[in-house]
Amino acid sequence: MCADPKVLEGLSWFACYLTTPKHFQFYLSFLTVLALIFITAPFTLLLGFAGALATRSRFLPLRWIGTAYTSMVRGVPDIVFFLFVPIALDQVLEYARHRVLCPEVTDPVYRGNDFVVCAIAKLPLNSAPQWTHEIYGFALAIVAFSVVFGAFAANTIHGALSAVPREQLETARAFGLNERQTFRRIHLPQMWVYALPGLSNVWMILIKATPLLFLLGITDIVYWARELGGTKTSFFEYPHSDWRLWYFLVLLVFYLGLTSVSEKVFAALRRRVSRGQAVIGEIAEALR
Amino acid sequence: MRKLLLAAAIAAFAATSAYAQQTIRMGTEGAYEPYNFINDKGEIDGFERELGDKLCEMTGYKCEWVKNDWDSIIPNLMSGNYDTIMAGMSITDERKEKIDFTQNYFPPAASAYVALKGATNDVTNGNVAVQVNTIQAGYIAQSKATIVEYAIADETVAAVRNGEADAVFADKDYLAKIVEESNGELIFVGEDIQLGGGIGMGVRKSDAAMRDKFDTAIAQLKKDGTLNTMIEKWFKIKNAF
Repeated sequence: MCADPKVLEGLSWFACYLTTPKHFQFYLSFLTVLALIFITAPFTLLLGFAGALATRSRFLPLRWIGTAYTSMVRGVPDIVFFLFVPIALDQVLEYARHRVLCPEVTDPVYRGNDFVVCAIAKLPLNSAPQWTHEIYGFALAIVAFSVVFGAFAANTIHGALSAVPREQLETARAFGLNERQTFRRIHLPQMWVYALPGLSNVWMILIKATPLLFLLGITDIVYWARELGGTKTSFFEYPHSDWRLWYFLVLLVFYLGLTSVSEKVFAALRRRVSRGQAVIGEIAEALR
Repeated sequence: MRKLLLAAAIAAFAATSAYAQQTIRMGTEGAYEPYNFINDKGEIDGFERELGDKLCEMTGYKCEWVKNDWDSIIPNLMSGNYDTIMAGMSITDERKEKIDFTQNYFPPAASAYVALKGATNDVTNGNVAVQVNTIQAGYIAQSKATIVEYAIADETVAAVRNGEADAVFADKDYLAKIVEESNGELIFVGEDIQLGGGIGMGVRKSDAAMRDKFDTAIAQLKKDGTLNTMIEKWFKIKNAF
């Protein structure tokens, strides 16, 4: 049916237009964005905990590292990290491989403006299929996002850990629980009620920041919306005028849908985490 | 016995030639028809795709095509994300400071102004839309007009259509089809201006050997008329070289 688009009209033209392989790449890119969010979230929490615990540590160098991480990453504009981390990490890894895999090559790696490593040190290899390059780029993006949002999460978790009433911890010690047990059974579970507002905020900002994938050259939904929406002459099989408005409207609906679902999940989490706390209605006092 | 020897010889030959075949990653923009664009199958297509595949066939490289935004196309070449640039990039002295070029595979062509129907020639002194980091951007930046820059070529034309700019200044070969199919809404204004030294393949300065191989292949295509045939197919320009 879609073999000759020139003879199609109206609804059948649209049906064929919306099912071209190019459009399927657009639909798949929504999964890319969702994958980014759901893979980054646990790493963000991990880095957040690491940063918060480091900042609270009694071991001074660890405290410096924790403080430096949270304040530096929060102080520098996100875009700088998103552009710097993937490039820097890529070059660090390739340089390390270059030194290990071809030590006999003594030419400088930085030649003028070029960054040249021996062919087997490249990551991924030139001969590797394009999808490995794309996965690698995506992984670098996840690292960059996790580093940035981990710092915000670390700040939130640090505040939450400090907000748990001291009486709770003292009572735990009075009952004979040692430090590790206090932390694991009393401090940590009670921290969640104070951390939830901040962490839900970080989650929403993470959702809104996903179009930055586009800046990293990853073909995400913003890339496809711009590419598909632009005016197409009869060079293409399905010429059309400027439809960017409609494509970006679809993106808007997607993001609104994502945030509204997140809101519902967080509302349920708020109820769950308020159990055992002093409550007003169903929600803990701490969350008011 | 003889068949076994033959099979072994073929296998050895295939193995060595596969081992020897180097993969070259060709970088392109994918947003500049007819030079390079993404067709409805989602693949990179266009004059440069066809030419690039032919050059790779001639030089014995295995080519992998990579899409990269125009903005970062040169820095990413220098970082090693890919090995060549075939993206409608004109040879200019400014670019030669950072990368090397083969000889041009498309002759120096005119750049033209396009404006909305009814515009007079003095829109060329008003707000002129250009794509960033192009020779047209450089030209407008030092002319009397006010420069308005956009990331992709399609946005420059859209700017004229929705009134953000008075005119767009781009390669005439890119604008030709757009003006033709605009039903008279867009017209050429002002005079055509020759810019740049033609379109060439960009490579890193440290890849002189690969550049020479491609250079020889391009010269061969010019000599036997294959390049002219390709240019006529995509641009309807006869006897370009």
